[in-house]
Amino acid sequence: MAQVPMAGGGPTPLAVFDRFRTKVLAKVQEPELKRYAVMLLAFGAGLLPLMAGSAKAALQKVPTDGADTLLMLMGSALVLLMTPGLAFFYGGFTRAKNVLNTMMMSFFLMGLIGVIWVIVGYSLAFDTGFKSPFIGGLGQMWLNGVGGELGDAPLADGFAISASSFALFQGMFAIITPALISGALVERINFKAWFWFSLLWSLFIYCPMAKMVWGGGYLGPFGEIGAIDFAGGTVVHIAAGVGALVATAIVGPRSGFPGSKRPPHNVPFILLGAGLLWFGWFGFNGASYFAAKGAGFSFQTTTFSASAALLTWCLIEWFRDGKPTAVGAATGAVAGLVGITPAAGFVYMPQAFIIGVATAAACYIAVQVKAAIQFDDSLDAYAVHGVGGTVGALLTGLLAVPALVPADYFPKSAEILAKGGNAALFVAHVKAVLISYGFVGIGTAIILWIVGATVGLRVTPEQEDRGLDFVAHGEEAYDPMTY
Amino acid sequence: MKQITAVVRPSKVDAIKEALVAIDIVGMTIRDVRGFGRQKGQVERYRGNEFTVEFIPKVHITTVVNDDKVEAAITAISNAARSGEIGDGKIFVSPVDEVVRIRTGERGATAL
Repeated sequence: MAQVPMAGGGPTPLAVFDRFRTKVLAKVQEPELKRYAVMLLAFGAGLLPLMAGSAKAALQKVPTDGADTLLMLMGSALVLLMTPGLAFFYGGFTRAKNVLNTMMMSFFLMGLIGVIWVIVGYSLAFDTGFKSPFIGGLGQMWLNGVGGELGDAPLADGFAISASSFALFQGMFAIITPALISGALVERINFKAWFWFSLLWSLFIYCPMAKMVWGGGYLGPFGEIGAIDFAGGTVVHIAAGVGALVATAIVGPRSGFPGSKRPPHNVPFILLGAGLLWFGWFGFNGASYFAAKGAGFSFQTTTFSASAALLTWCLIEWFRDGKPTAVGAATGAVAGLVGITPAAGFVYMPQAFIIGVATAAACYIAVQVKAAIQFDDSLDAYAVHGVGGTVGALLTGLLAVPALVPADYFPKSAEILAKGGNAALFVAHVKAVLISYGFVGIGTAIILWIVGATVGLRVTPEQEDRGLDFVAHGEEAYDPMTY
Repeated sequence: MKQITAVVRPSKVDAIKEALVAIDIVGMTIRDVRGFGRQKGQVERYRGNEFTVEFIPKVHITTVVNDDKVEAAITAISNAARSGEIGDGKIFVSPVDEVVRIRTGERGATAL
């Protein structure tokens, strides 16, 4: 979650849950701040509510800023476009008889999750009603009270964006995250199963993950672990990637795999999709800075990492196979975007370059290994998003620049950095990654088990043969009888 | 009358058409087809996956000519379709019993 540059400086009384708390308190001069700090101490560790509450001590109240809010609105539109972009990216890879079903697995979620998010998802992720570091509450269902009566109230102290624009922005992330998982399941999952899986996964995996990392919860900069995740390396990409990995293992390969594998039916779709994803990522990462003035960096690191990763992937192919491929360029760019996601606002350009190159190399290897062991993560949802998200999260720990992790916005993380440097933050990130893998892995398995036992996960082999466009939707993408 | 069917590279279709029109063979039908001969397809790579695509795109050009034009047609098609690499294609010649022009009802050579 991003920092706002106009925040009050100085040491933060929020860094109170470490053994240096007395030392820190001694530095606090203002009686008002000291009083808050003591109050917070009384709360005890792990009970810090949403950033709104916890940030009070250090962050000044600022009025809603038009430019910053506009950044969020623009960013929301950009992130929304990533979902149809992903539909094209995935759709290009599948067979012509399954392209509509593949694209619908993403596109449909703009309906399903778009509704769920407003009704209850946002509240589960960002409300504080349950007073839990793992799940939000029910107080902001239907976005009740978000942004005040006129929708223009600021999100929280220290944040000049409106709460209503924040809820909208977060909703776009909620839509695309389960959509990413579809890449592992295409060409065999029953659409009804996908409906229920996405719904349950969004409520019981995504919302808690968002809470834990961004909503002032357990894993994040206000919580126990203190990991930083700028725009969703953990919440979006590790969660979707691990979900995809577990789902592939449970649902199983397409019938006849690997003999039935076919080349992508439409490589231009893949390039179109990757282009839209890249464009949308300016919103995903760039707007996650939450303030227009300083967002130039997060926009720049995002596109720079993607460029470095595209180049890396193509150069590897060029040296190994003699030819750089279009699919490789698209995949490399996406890998670089995934890798920089947790780091975008926390690093300068050299670190962004390293992250882009390293993520592309790691994902390239993962894709080769996946193909070699014949694991049917059909469209490399884990190999790109899971591996890329993991590498990005770990590198964020290693490479985050302390100056870009201000203590008033990231108290626990800044404290870790100040105390043990990047090595300590790396350890925190290893912990956060492991916890996320465990939580998402087990949760996804349980949801799949429930959906499998009730509606059934797969279509029949005969239906796979016929093609899911007709079986699931009664449509064909390309009419063979068009004159 | 003979039917001449040539299986050729899609990229050579225009040149073949012009070569045939140049010797006054002015009716032909083409079809998009896929197949392989000695060329045995091509290898493609997508991410970690390698595919041998056996059936690669070709075009069937079919025309029917009088017996006295068969050799000229074969020469024209061969010259226009040849690249010298494996995969240039083949020409098949077979007899045709009857031709009817639907509009006028004419038959035989006058219907060509």
